[in-house]
Amino acid sequence: MMKNVMQGFLPLTKLLFRKDRIKILIWLVCVTGITFASALAYKDVYKTDADIKGFAITMENPAMQAMLGPGYELEEYTSIAQVFGHELLLFTVIAVAVMNILFVSRATRGDEEEGQMELVMALSVGRLSYIMAAVAEAVTVNLLLALGTGFGLYTLGLEGFTLEGSLLYGALLGGSGLFFAGITALFAQLMETARGATGYSFAVLIASYVIRAVGDAEVEMLSLFSPLGWVSRAYVFVDNHWGPVILFAGAAVILILVSFYLNSVRDLFSGFFRPKRGKIHASPYIKNPLGFVLHQQRMNIIAWALGIFFLSAAFGSIMGELESYFSDLELMQMMFQHDQFSFMEQFSALLMGIMALFGVIPGMICVLGLKGEEKKNRTELIFSRPVSRNTVMATYISAAAVITVIMQLMTALGFWFAGSAVMDEAFTAGDIFRSALVYLPAMWSVIALTTFLTGSVPRFSATVWLYFGFCFLVVYFKETLQMPEWLVNLSVFEHIPEYPLEDITVKPVVILILLAAAVSIAGFFGYNRRDLTG
Amino acid sequence: MSIIEVNKVTKKYGEFTALDQISFSVQEGEVFGFIGPNGAGKSTTIRILLGMLRRNAGDAKIFGMDVWKDAVEIHKRVAYVPGDVSLWPNLTGGEVIDLFLKMSGKGNKKRRDEFIERFQLDPSKKCRTYSKGNRQKVALVAAFSQDADLYIFDEPTSGLDPLMERTFRQSVQEAKDNGKSVFLSSHILSEVEKLCDKVAIIREGKIIEQGTLDELRHLTRSRVTLQTKEKVTGLSEMKGIHQLEEKDGEYTFQVDSEEMDAVMRHISRSGIVKLECMPPTLEDLFIRYYGKHEKAEAPGGRS
Repeated sequence: MMKNVMQGFLPLTKLLFRKDRIKILIWLVCVTGITFASALAYKDVYKTDADIKGFAITMENPAMQAMLGPGYELEEYTSIAQVFGHELLLFTVIAVAVMNILFVSRATRGDEEEGQMELVMALSVGRLSYIMAAVAEAVTVNLLLALGTGFGLYTLGLEGFTLEGSLLYGALLGGSGLFFAGITALFAQLMETARGATGYSFAVLIASYVIRAVGDAEVEMLSLFSPLGWVSRAYVFVDNHWGPVILFAGAAVILILVSFYLNSVRDLFSGFFRPKRGKIHASPYIKNPLGFVLHQQRMNIIAWALGIFFLSAAFGSIMGELESYFSDLELMQMMFQHDQFSFMEQFSALLMGIMALFGVIPGMICVLGLKGEEKKNRTELIFSRPVSRNTVMATYISAAAVITVIMQLMTALGFWFAGSAVMDEAFTAGDIFRSALVYLPAMWSVIALTTFLTGSVPRFSATVWLYFGFCFLVVYFKETLQMPEWLVNLSVFEHIPEYPLEDITVKPVVILILLAAAVSIAGFFGYNRRDLTG
Repeated sequence: MSIIEVNKVTKKYGEFTALDQISFSVQEGEVFGFIGPNGAGKSTTIRILLGMLRRNAGDAKIFGMDVWKDAVEIHKRVAYVPGDVSLWPNLTGGEVIDLFLKMSGKGNKKRRDEFIERFQLDPSKKCRTYSKGNRQKVALVAAFSQDADLYIFDEPTSGLDPLMERTFRQSVQEAKDNGKSVFLSSHILSEVEKLCDKVAIIREGKIIEQGTLDELRHLTRSRVTLQTKEKVTGLSEMKGIHQLEEKDGEYTFQVDSEEMDAVMRHISRSGIVKLECMPPTLEDLFIRYYGKHEKAEAPGGRS
């Protein structure tokens, strides 16, 4: 019987690995690479015991604990290992969870939905073989990750990275990954679409984070109900409790067995919850052109808004300890040359410049979406109706402009929220919002360039990323590489007054807005004249 | 009055000539069939008519207005269904139809619901879950719910089942009865044969034949099955007779339309017992033109 349901398990597992090998490799290299690189970087950042204790003190407020987990007692921070364990573990676990959700959802419901599973099941293959192969793939990947990270960290030979601690750190990544693989396998049985399976699994991940955040900041009991809360309870590099790993493994086994059972009793293509019936009528919001584009860009907007908020909050939260560890870094001294301003002011000005670059990405994606629509043959559905090319393009640009404003507000909010939590002498909210919003004209210029390329030379619209990359290089390396001034001036971002270091002046702002308008108009002109392919 | 007027339109992509001086016209109240093999230039023609592609030469007008310059004005009275409908995966069919009707500006809620019913579409499902046929239904429902004067269809039934094909034909017939004009591009010949008043055949960017179905039939051969009392002599030597076969006193052959009279006179002398004369199907036409092309292109035939 068992042999029967497992018929073809091994070849299927091989097939899945063959199919996903590049993705697996990229994920493993990225997760372990970032882990090792951070560990090595910490060695330079936290040089003395005072640095480490400084970090520990900044972490002692509820805002930081809500973000990163509870951390340890002050005296337990004896080396960078504890700092590393506290600051990096939770977010790495989240990354590993994301990896598992994507892999398992794809290999189960995704293959089923797209019909590959049907082809395979028509062969002499056991009922459970496909899902078993998917699970086997997840188990192998998590095992590789756990062992690779564990032994790798230990091999780096840094102070405090004991063999047990390192292995536990790896095991926590692998264990939590397997747990979320189990969650996804379960939802892949319950839901009828891969999207549903992925969506609910992500919902569990987000809920775990929120419950843990509230728990770690306010009521500890709550954190015990969250798998992400278990992670911090291992006290890795201090007490090294293996309990959470066992808990993860046990829960994963149960989840996987339940999914096997559900898989065996359901029909192919069916689930236990039908996707909910969608709306029969369009809301006025979708029927409005701008509303429609924003609706289409919803995931783009939400993902980037959250990402930017957290990134900005993360920068804001380290403001308190900035001076202590940036002051002796040579690189940083080169970047911060204004003597009359505090490090905090200089750092926030630099940060705003970088964040503005991030913030323009979803706007560019929005405008490039117009070309995507054309490639997918969806613009013909619009242009065969009494809708002008100007209207469509203007709608996409307006949406992109709205998106950039949202992103800048997110940057300011995150920075202000976290900054005011960790600093006694916080910036005023007005200052922060001003220094973020002043970048809008530069961002709109990049949007305008994207518009021009999409409108006039769609084949080369992706080259806008080259310009974007150039602007990024300029922000980071203009001082260290001593770039010539004309080169630096090619980046629109360099013409924005760096508030609060410089006063906000009208002239560059107006010039950039005019430039953006002129380049956009050229884009409109091209779009009106060119062939639309679909 | 001409609804569509195309005069020597040429479209080039670099060296490649996609359309070579094509001309045709569609009159008011007419159903115009546009047939040709894949890649012949059917969709290119339609995209020029829709003002999406710019022609290199020639004139193209709909309702007397220029298809490129006055696209927006023209589209107020046009409904279009592409051959391969791709929709926004995160919207439901119902939402997409509403969106289309809003854009067209002539939405009619009653007709919308009526056509959803007729095409048996479930409007509550997300477009990502629709099959090709269902996506086509979404576009068809939106098109027919719209009170247009000209309907343009690009292989509209390629994903529909036979029942839905019939629903489509009925809907086109109704539009025609209401005095609307229809431009129907297709390679399903039976569909064109059933619906169209006039037909144009396009191949490799050139219109090689056009006219009413009757006119086109004159250009080709009828298939004749014949039984006579006496043996017919000299048939094989007659002009315009092709593929003659005789079996148990029954003759089958094809005859060129212009020789029909002479042939009939000749065979009537032998005492006709049974005579069946089949008009050529569009398929015969099509294959004849296509066959010609193959001979011209590849002497000695293809394997």
